[in-house]
Amino acid sequence: MRIIISLVAAFFMASVANAGTLEDVKARGVLNCIVNTGLPGFSYTDKTGRWKGFDADMCRSLAAAVVGDGEKVKFIPATGKTRFTLLNSKEGDVIFRNTTWTFVRDVDVKLTFLPTTYYDGQGFIIRKSKGVKSAKELDGATVCIQTGTTTELNLADYFRANKISYKPVPIESNEEARKNYLADRCDTYTTDASGLAATRATFDKPGDHLILPEIISKEPLGPVVRHGDDQWADIVRWTVYALITAEEQGITAANADKMAMDKSNPNVSRMLGSEGDLGGMLGLDKDWAKRVIKAQGNYAEIFERNVGLKTPVGLARGLNALYTNGGLQYSPPFR
Amino acid sequence: MTLGKEEKTPAVTEDGGYLPGTHPDLPPPSSVHGPVHWIKVNLFGSVVDTALTLLAVYFLYSALTFLVGWMFINAAFTGESRNDCRAVADGACWAFIGNRLSLFIYGFYPEPERWRVDLSFVLLILAIVPVLYEDMPQRGKALTYSCLYPLIAAWLLVGGFGLEKVSTDQFGGLMLNVVIGVTGIAFSLPIGIVLALGRQSQLPIVRILCVSFIEIIRGVPLITLLFVAAVMLSYFVPPGTNFDLLVRMLIMVTLFASGYMAEVIRGGLQAIPNGQYEAADAMGLKYWQSMRLVVLPQALKISIPGIVNTFIALYKDTTLVIVIGRLDILGIGNSSLADTKWQGLSTEVYIFVALFFFFSCFSMSRYSLWLEKKLHTGH
Repeated sequence: MRIIISLVAAFFMASVANAGTLEDVKARGVLNCIVNTGLPGFSYTDKTGRWKGFDADMCRSLAAAVVGDGEKVKFIPATGKTRFTLLNSKEGDVIFRNTTWTFVRDVDVKLTFLPTTYYDGQGFIIRKSKGVKSAKELDGATVCIQTGTTTELNLADYFRANKISYKPVPIESNEEARKNYLADRCDTYTTDASGLAATRATFDKPGDHLILPEIISKEPLGPVVRHGDDQWADIVRWTVYALITAEEQGITAANADKMAMDKSNPNVSRMLGSEGDLGGMLGLDKDWAKRVIKAQGNYAEIFERNVGLKTPVGLARGLNALYTNGGLQYSPPFR
Repeated sequence: MTLGKEEKTPAVTEDGGYLPGTHPDLPPPSSVHGPVHWIKVNLFGSVVDTALTLLAVYFLYSALTFLVGWMFINAAFTGESRNDCRAVADGACWAFIGNRLSLFIYGFYPEPERWRVDLSFVLLILAIVPVLYEDMPQRGKALTYSCLYPLIAAWLLVGGFGLEKVSTDQFGGLMLNVVIGVTGIAFSLPIGIVLALGRQSQLPIVRILCVSFIEIIRGVPLITLLFVAAVMLSYFVPPGTNFDLLVRMLIMVTLFASGYMAEVIRGGLQAIPNGQYEAADAMGLKYWQSMRLVVLPQALKISIPGIVNTFIALYKDTTLVIVIGRLDILGIGNSSLADTKWQGLSTEVYIFVALFFFFSCFSMSRYSLWLEKKLHTGH
């Protein structure tokens, strides 16, 4: 089944030249944004059917830049297997769906990966009662693993490199994994550490479970667009950088207007459009970055609201702190 | 229960006794008859039987007490988060289903317009009745309405002509399952009949077309067809035109079900003895007349279990819309479960979804049984 899908997908991915996504989105007046069908903290629906989460907010920031209104987003929920197909068939304009940037996806599958919005890594969760202290002791363990993801491949690599064996229990979604893990159908569940933390937070006794210290992979998660439309890729890229720069410069949703008036900091003035015309070079207007920041706040605001320490997901900034605070989030200059 | 059938009333002697041979039959003693006897013989007949019975009763008891306790007694019905539920009771948290009920039913359909969904549900029931019950008065007129119903429903749900337009990507939840299921069911039967007849046709072109269509459809999984609908069609239509994704879905689901339906009906057609075809010809009936009056009524009657089987399978396949990025009732459940306020309540969601599908499919199956009995006239 998956072979057929990937063949069909590969055939069409290879044969399509893309251009003019910006014009399409502007004409449509709505950004089509591909998100996860449900990942705590990153993308989920609330009571009224509104999409929320880190990724959903990023979609809104981008819509604010391009369409001018952060609410003009059509969310397209996709599974791990369907996300690239939906992007390449032009159902979606951009993927904000915790998608790992890898060599093969970038080069061979012909996608364009844009700046990482969340640096993650794959970990293991296990019951303390099993007495396992390190992933290297997992020989012979049954492992719940989401199919069609990079975690599946990382797992195989890791166990092969350490010459230990495992029995995979393939599952489709995080919720299914949670269920299987709690029912003890697998000894351990492996996925991105952010997902493990979020999942553990919902256990009745989170203290009985341990996230093993080994992080076995690099999972840079970020937006993806179709290959071959550089203008559109630039827009998404610099929208993400605008969010990061805004945090660096202390621009928030609340003070963006004030900061734009204040011309004392040329970096800020250039980005917010009160000096020069960076927006025009992107094919947008001068105020694009100001709208991005006003829509959902800067990177820190989006992070803290959805996945930060004060939320049930409870993630520390870690690698996702600004480079000035020891993290990896670093934006090239707006000039 | 009189002994002698010729005697209406038993002859009675003066002291209230019966004359010899006229005593009415007494019911058998309870040691060889009645529920107590049945239990004794069937449940406690031997040591093994007794042990098995006790074991079964024990398992039933523990399972039922657990289920009832979890689902009703220890369940929380109100609350604004999973923690609210847990604070009240440690059983099921139905508050989640209650909290998201409108999302489960209407998906992302805009709130002020939801009466249109309700109305089309009601009209759907009204449209189904004349199709299902042959004996209803004024059936002819009612059937005309049933045939027009798809147009009315499409207008109500999508809008235009005086109603506010609602984009089909706002469809979701239970209504999406019903829209796809009902469309597939309604259109696949007639298409299936035509394909089945075509497959038996004397005209080579018609036959080859029908056979290849059926074989292609049956050789490909539905999920692949849905991918084709979602991905490939946008390359064939001229750029700029926007062929609605839901319509593509509906077409694919209908074609898929038609392929299977055709084979089910072909089975029915082949069960009709040749004499029936020949008799119809001998009556001077034209092809369509003989099919409509003689062959199809019998063939369809035979095919009822298979037809309903296909309907039920199709109805359950509607959850596959997730592959084209639409959230049906199950998808809504998953995306709601990712809300950290409610995360971890998947059992409740799955039970709720299972109940919805069970009731839909069980009523279809009951109706088909009823219809089979009613049509069982070939004694």
